[in-house]
Amino acid sequence: MAHVKGLRCRECSRDYPIEPIYVCEFCFGPLEVVYDYESIRGVLTRDEIRSRPQNLWRYRELLPVEGEPVVGKQSGFTPLIKADRLARAIGVDELYIKDDTVTHPTLSFKDRVVSVALSKASEFGFDTVACASTGNLAHAVAAQGAAGGFRRFVFIPATLERSKIVASLAYEPNVMAVEGNYDDVNRLCSEIANKYRWAFVNINIRPYYAEGSKTQGHEICEQLGWKAPDHVVVPCASGSLLTKIWKSFEEMHKLDLIPELRSKVFAAQPTGCSPISVAVKTQSEVIRPVKPDTIARSLAIGNPADGYYASRVVHNTGGWAEDATDQEIVDAMKLLARTEGIFAETAGGVTLACAIKLLQSGKLPREGSTVLCITGNGMKTKEALDGQVDNPHRIKPNLGSFEEVLSRIGDHG
Amino acid sequence: MAVTIRIPTPLQRVTQGKEVVEGTPGTVINLVNELDKAYPGLAERISENGKIRRFVNIYVNEEDIRFLDAENTGVKDGDEVSIVPAIAGG
Repeated sequence: MAHVKGLRCRECSRDYPIEPIYVCEFCFGPLEVVYDYESIRGVLTRDEIRSRPQNLWRYRELLPVEGEPVVGKQSGFTPLIKADRLARAIGVDELYIKDDTVTHPTLSFKDRVVSVALSKASEFGFDTVACASTGNLAHAVAAQGAAGGFRRFVFIPATLERSKIVASLAYEPNVMAVEGNYDDVNRLCSEIANKYRWAFVNINIRPYYAEGSKTQGHEICEQLGWKAPDHVVVPCASGSLLTKIWKSFEEMHKLDLIPELRSKVFAAQPTGCSPISVAVKTQSEVIRPVKPDTIARSLAIGNPADGYYASRVVHNTGGWAEDATDQEIVDAMKLLARTEGIFAETAGGVTLACAIKLLQSGKLPREGSTVLCITGNGMKTKEALDGQVDNPHRIKPNLGSFEEVLSRIGDHG
Repeated sequence: MAVTIRIPTPLQRVTQGKEVVEGTPGTVINLVNELDKAYPGLAERISENGKIRRFVNIYVNEEDIRFLDAENTGVKDGDEVSIVPAIAGG
């Protein structure tokens, strides 16, 4: 596609061609896809977007894939839900949930990035795809890699939730359960990517992969009626999603698809792994890596690659950051399920719990529109609610037994 | 026995394509400066003013030096040092 100009180092602005590379040879800064927005402006209009199928490829000019996508053709365009019951419960005027718990095909936003990454890997001629994952990415690579006919290697921390591991194994990729945390997995994968000519979606394909996250932000603007929200709360692991949602808003504004851009961006992390949130709250220039200890395992990246950029976006937009304890995360998961009928994974609990704390501290205004990015499905990690939900009422198969319980239940449920 | 250093792809241009090189014991920053004599350009790519660049992770025997003594982390004979781009994952 003529709309992609190349790769550019975010630190020193050196230009690189479109190849499976990800860091600048001179300063090790990250490479990012650069577009020719002038040429896109004439093509990607509101009418044109509306005329296209409801999937993430309706923003294809803003994605680094040249030909037809090979996987993820139905991915993206998840619902933006006006969450009035939750809004009343937490005391905010206008609240929306970007519900990526129903992303096709593996029920997390990682389907977006993998759709782009594997389509690009195919264009580069790779036959093997791989990833370092906290779980959701493993699902997306295993599933979409199967659909695309790739050989697949997924690397995960051995301590992941059992249900998350099973959900990867179902697609029969090669699952490597590494004895260590995600940061150990990541280091190992960086070394493997050095040696084997595989498409590691979040290493050597990372500049392309990460662009897929933008579609979540593009969709939010379109679904709000072609405007950006006043506030958006985004869960952070590496920080990549947050930076790309902001980039998507900037793109929509640059292309005149939204009239103005004054959104404040808020970062949400679990307290047991909060290097980005700590940097924002202490107004530090330095992201200090941590050893994660949290039930939000999908966010357990102690050494976040995009931490600097995420904290800069938060700072520059006038947002803030917060972190939530394990109990706050579980309570928020249950609140979201109880009020809006959405069962999110722990990361969703992190986003909501942090939003509540940001409202309480006054950092997140109660007025204006707020979007919560809910990025993964709770069915994937049901273990998180072990011992945290009620037991079923056990009854005999007769009316008397039922009504005896009913009289005790009252208005509950 | 010496210190073994794993070189990431983006640095292999300065190490003439070598994936693994050897260095002498001391501190991490001394090791980097020492390597620069054999492989000119290596030090300026991964460090600046005596500090490791923020987008470079260095591990001594699999431990991130930021959990140890950062640039001043000691390395001895037989240790394995990995230089890994920080931009990965997520």
